[in-house]
Amino acid sequence: MTMKISSRQVDGVSVLDCNGRITLGEGSITLRDTVRDLLSKGHKKILLNLAEVSYIDSSGIGELVSAFTTVRNQGGELKLLNLTKKVHDLLQITKLYTVFDVKDDEASAIKSFQR
Amino acid sequence: MTEQKVSFTMDSTLETVDNAEQTASRIAADAGFEENEVMQISMAVREAAINAVLHGNEYDPAKKVTLNFEKTARDLVITIQDQGHGMDPESIPNPLAPENLLKSSGRGIFLMRSFMDEVQIHPSHAGTEIKLVKHVHGSSEGKEAS
Repeated sequence: MTMKISSRQVDGVSVLDCNGRITLGEGSITLRDTVRDLLSKGHKKILLNLAEVSYIDSSGIGELVSAFTTVRNQGGELKLLNLTKKVHDLLQITKLYTVFDVKDDEASAIKSFQR
Repeated sequence: MTEQKVSFTMDSTLETVDNAEQTASRIAADAGFEENEVMQISMAVREAAINAVLHGNEYDPAKKVTLNFEKTARDLVITIQDQGHGMDPESIPNPLAPENLLKSSGRGIFLMRSFMDEVQIHPSHAGTEIKLVKHVHGSSEGKEAS
């Protein structure tokens, strides 16, 4: 049930490999804290790899939106990578799929960040 | 299929949200719903439980959440009752409106309505009851929300 996030740097982009559920409580808080920590260190190019995110609820969706706007408001970019079908469908029905910049290939996603 | 009815009274905690979701998943699977429908039902129940624990009872340990599952020949009917002040469903803005897309909350009721065949919200001074209905044979005909 827990949410784990591993962070790595690739060509100036912070790639967050998320694993688990982004839901009300621990999952959402872990994501929030990780993004805030990166921003506080000046890392404003963030790629959320959601390949191993098995589940997300309305709180998790809200946390993704909050992370997106927080990073953008600080002049950065946050993009999503490798959505599972469940997460893809949820973003579709909530009309957020076109709000986020969604990628399905890490290399091209890294290159797409502004230099 | 046999008809059955089960009821749970739960604390206003995050554990209740997880338990409600897991219980709904198990009961929906036992009722013969397909995997995708089981996910939809359990997610709708999770959202209703979040609403009850977080917004209704506001994590008040003195207040309980009551969860009822009733399986009939036609439907799986789930009711989630809190002991809060009663929510006004009309006050919830449309989360799909352009001006609301980037809000970090307000999607729970919308998700319930997306995943269930019927969603009824009954607020009162004694709390809010949310009734979720999924037709047994997966028909989306007559889908409605009130």
